[in-house]
Amino acid sequence: MLNIFMLLFSRQGKLRLQKWYVPLSDKERKKISRDLVQTILARKPKMCSFLEWRDLKIVYKRYASLYFCCAVEDQDNELITLEIIHRYVELLDKYFGSVCELDIIFNFEKAYFILDEFLLGGEAQETSKKNVLKAIEQADLLQEEAEAPRSVLEEIGLT
Amino acid sequence: MPAVSKGDGMRGLAVFISDIRNCKSKEAEIKRINKELANIRSKFKGDKALDGYSKKKYVCKLLFIFLLGHDIDFGHMEAVNLLSSNKYTEKQIGYLFISVLVNSNSELIRLINNAIKNDLSSRNPTFMCLALHCIANVGSREMAEAFASEIPRILVAGDTMDSVKQSAALCLLRLYKTSPDLVLMGEWTSRVVHLLNDQHMGVVTAAISLITCLSQKNPDEFKTCVSLAVSRLSRIVSSASTDLQDYTYYFVPAPWLSCKLLRLLQCYPPPEDGAVKGRLVECLETILNKAQEPPKSKKVQHSNAKNAILFEAISLIIHYDSEPNLLVRACNQLGQFLQHRETNLRYLALESMCTLASSEFSHEAVKTHIETVINALKTERDVSVRQRAADLLYAMCDRSNAKQIVAEMLSYLETADYSIREEMVLKVAILAEKYAVDYSWYVDTILNLIRIAGDYVSEEVWYRVIQIVINRDDVQGYAAKTVFEALQAPACHENMVKVGGYILGEFGNLIAGDPRSSPLVQFNLLHSKFHLCSVPTRALLLSAYIKFINLFPETKATIQEVLRCDSQIRNSDVELQQRAVEYLKLSSIASTDVLATVLEEMPPFPERESSILAKLKKKKGPGAVSVTELEDSKRESSELNGAGERGPDPSVMAASNASTPSPSADLLGIRSAAPVSTAPASAGSLLVDVFSEAGPAASSGAVNDDGFLRFVCKNNGVLFENQLLQIGIKSEYRQNLGRMYLFYGNKTSVQFASFTTTVSCPGELQTHILGIVEPLVEGGAQIQQVLNIECLTDFSDAPLLNIKFRYGGALQNLTLKLPVTINKFFQLTEMASQDFFQRWKQLSQPQQEAQKIFKANHSMDTEVIKAKLLGLGMALLDNVDPNPENYVCAGVIQTKSQQVGCLLRLEPNAQAQMYRLTLRCSKDSVSKRLCELLAQQF
Repeated sequence: MLNIFMLLFSRQGKLRLQKWYVPLSDKERKKISRDLVQTILARKPKMCSFLEWRDLKIVYKRYASLYFCCAVEDQDNELITLEIIHRYVELLDKYFGSVCELDIIFNFEKAYFILDEFLLGGEAQETSKKNVLKAIEQADLLQEEAEAPRSVLEEIGLT
Repeated sequence: MPAVSKGDGMRGLAVFISDIRNCKSKEAEIKRINKELANIRSKFKGDKALDGYSKKKYVCKLLFIFLLGHDIDFGHMEAVNLLSSNKYTEKQIGYLFISVLVNSNSELIRLINNAIKNDLSSRNPTFMCLALHCIANVGSREMAEAFASEIPRILVAGDTMDSVKQSAALCLLRLYKTSPDLVLMGEWTSRVVHLLNDQHMGVVTAAISLITCLSQKNPDEFKTCVSLAVSRLSRIVSSASTDLQDYTYYFVPAPWLSCKLLRLLQCYPPPEDGAVKGRLVECLETILNKAQEPPKSKKVQHSNAKNAILFEAISLIIHYDSEPNLLVRACNQLGQFLQHRETNLRYLALESMCTLASSEFSHEAVKTHIETVINALKTERDVSVRQRAADLLYAMCDRSNAKQIVAEMLSYLETADYSIREEMVLKVAILAEKYAVDYSWYVDTILNLIRIAGDYVSEEVWYRVIQIVINRDDVQGYAAKTVFEALQAPACHENMVKVGGYILGEFGNLIAGDPRSSPLVQFNLLHSKFHLCSVPTRALLLSAYIKFINLFPETKATIQEVLRCDSQIRNSDVELQQRAVEYLKLSSIASTDVLATVLEEMPPFPERESSILAKLKKKKGPGAVSVTELEDSKRESSELNGAGERGPDPSVMAASNASTPSPSADLLGIRSAAPVSTAPASAGSLLVDVFSEAGPAASSGAVNDDGFLRFVCKNNGVLFENQLLQIGIKSEYRQNLGRMYLFYGNKTSVQFASFTTTVSCPGELQTHILGIVEPLVEGGAQIQQVLNIECLTDFSDAPLLNIKFRYGGALQNLTLKLPVTINKFFQLTEMASQDFFQRWKQLSQPQQEAQKIFKANHSMDTEVIKAKLLGLGMALLDNVDPNPENYVCAGVIQTKSQQVGCLLRLEPNAQAQMYRLTLRCSKDSVSKRLCELLAQQF
């Protein structure tokens, strides 16, 4: 059930999140994401969610303006990967409250933290929605306690 | 949800992101980013120490910039500083930065590892998780070195929190994948396996991924996981949809864990214990039953999760391939999906049925769906689904339905997507050949292929039709007549002209009796295409013309005139000009007898595995094929078919036939040389065989250590033989490349099913299997496989060949060491005595020399020793050693990365029946390895 990588991108082809579970150079990553984003954007809406791409299997689904796309190994289970994507969307949705693309842009670090709680090293670590959110909420509480008051200058974005 | 989490955590970051989003152009964005980078750089360099919060904010901005696709070359140090912060969020951002942007800067890795070490020993579970996530995300070798021994302890410790255990399990898995040599489970094995029994479903979900990976590599050590997995699965499958609380997903209990359990079981043969097996079969039946129940929810997530488990269960059923009842039920279930309204399910059903088609139990059941699959090929709107349908048709094809399937594929080809045409052409060509009862059908099919999709007909395909026509005289007349008719079309594909030119040149005489296809008519027809063709085709046609002169003397004058005209004899292309000149001369001076001898009909091609199969395999294989492999495959195809790039010039062809090593001829040699099993193949002894081989699949380490050593000094022979199977090899090496032909002979009278072979090799070698082995090996039959080998650098471990097949229902599993040893890549180096000793002295560092003194195991006869040394691949140098009794050799080992010079001296002592062997090489590991290998040869 190993994920090779996961990409989130917009209908305009802008990458919003990328998570790589195998070592690849920066150049390779860029090339793969560019090629794959183009391939998927060219597909029509009613088409199958799976495609063979190079020696990988790609599983993708579109949610509103965002495409969620996982690459798995050839013999992996496509349907369960599709539900991995869905569970991640549910987690984001629950955490942000009706998640939209902007939430992910402005809180990209949170999107990564949630993903790490859910998938680690490309494998499902915790599939219970409650448990994942609990871990993230705990972290947020720690943040709240730790946050110091901020300067006026920063409020207007000058630092 | 606390409001603070919604992004106003770092106001400055949000403002920056807004600015970027508001940029109207790429230039404006770059400008804004550069401004920000300058700002951050000055803050980091400034005199004022930054507080943790600012550091976090700037690191986060850098991260954002990097994720936009820009390069970041600073900030690593600040990120590392954040790791040791006491504030969770600062630490968290630090770790995120490291995870995304790590590079193998050794200085930093040391600091990072220090911080991780502190967090791991902090006993604060949130900190421990962060540290483990970082290791799992980076997974570098340095981290494996630092933590691989620590993490198993955390994983199994009684007081570790569940969430930490989960992270530890997957962290360890990642390290195992990067550095398997550093992750040693040893004493922990049993406790890790027992995590399958853990009360916390999340722990089981995480741990099972680790266990599955470890089981694949060490099945014996982990085999107790089978019964644990079965009972866990059974509990999940039989639980009500609400029992598992939050692990129930859209009314499906623990779908991820269920799939992982079923996947783990696929690492093993069916359970031996009757009770465990019974329980498992029950689970599989329940899963199949549930598929028939009405859905508990209309949501697609419900059906996806449910079907994910179903497909995984079907994979397991196919893997076992021993329960006919389950296989047929699986097939029926997939049959229903073939007509499902969800495209995804149709796709998966087609894909999964492909593997079912190769099982003897379900092959017939799969065939009943032929009409649906043909319909899918015609009507599916998504090319990837049509592709699956084409794959399935190919897989379900046999003698009974070949004509129908080939006809459907041909008609689909007319409108097929460009992306899959070439593959379709190969498949049609293979099926037509494999299931041809009468070869006129085969010829018709291939000519149709060329007519419909000529551009996608590769050389392999048209070479093959020519080979087959040449080898079967019953089809030659028909072939000549058919190509003659096909060439009548005003526009016909160049490949048709090639086939036509070749076949009429060889067999035009068979239809020359009919005035409608008299020699001159044939010639004029061919020549009418000449001017539209490319140079290689014209060259081929010129060869056909000279054959015509031989076959039909009445065409001589006409053809000579054609050859004589300026556009031929002065053609700017050297090849064409040369052919025109030579053929003209040949036809005017050679007597008819000489001409008849030179242009005699082509001899039959030796029967070999179809090169088209190899090509198809190549197409399906991974995208990354190295250049050498590609070149190899080119050479392969031209060798296999005799006809190189020069076109089928008869003389060239005959010559290359003779010089090409003929594996099939050698094969006979192997078989006759090796004593075939001594027991007569009576029914009684067969039964004994079955019993002795039955039971648990005998998987073991390589079983042929002796066999392996016998091949150090030779390249051909029988590598392995038991009651069932004989494996012969023939190999050839040139520089750092090698090719090995493997011959698998079924010694029984019973078919081997699901025959598969895989080769795994050390990183210093690359191997590449060229031919696919057919999954069925008939009794008494022999199949061939070709393996290309490339030596990247010097090596000690031999590649391993794993063979799996079913014999009378029992899975046979065999691992053999392939006799690829470093000396195979030797190139001879001749040198005079003086040179030899000069070089010998140059290689005088102690580690460059390896020496062994050992007792003779074989005859000390001079000729025998010489033969072995020559077989070793080095040059045997005479008159070098002052003592004529001694042998000295020199050679250079060619690897892709370097050349290693080697010198050898072997001093026999006949009285004591001992040898002293000394090797000096420019690389010490090579001296050692050669010495080990050779000490056992004499």
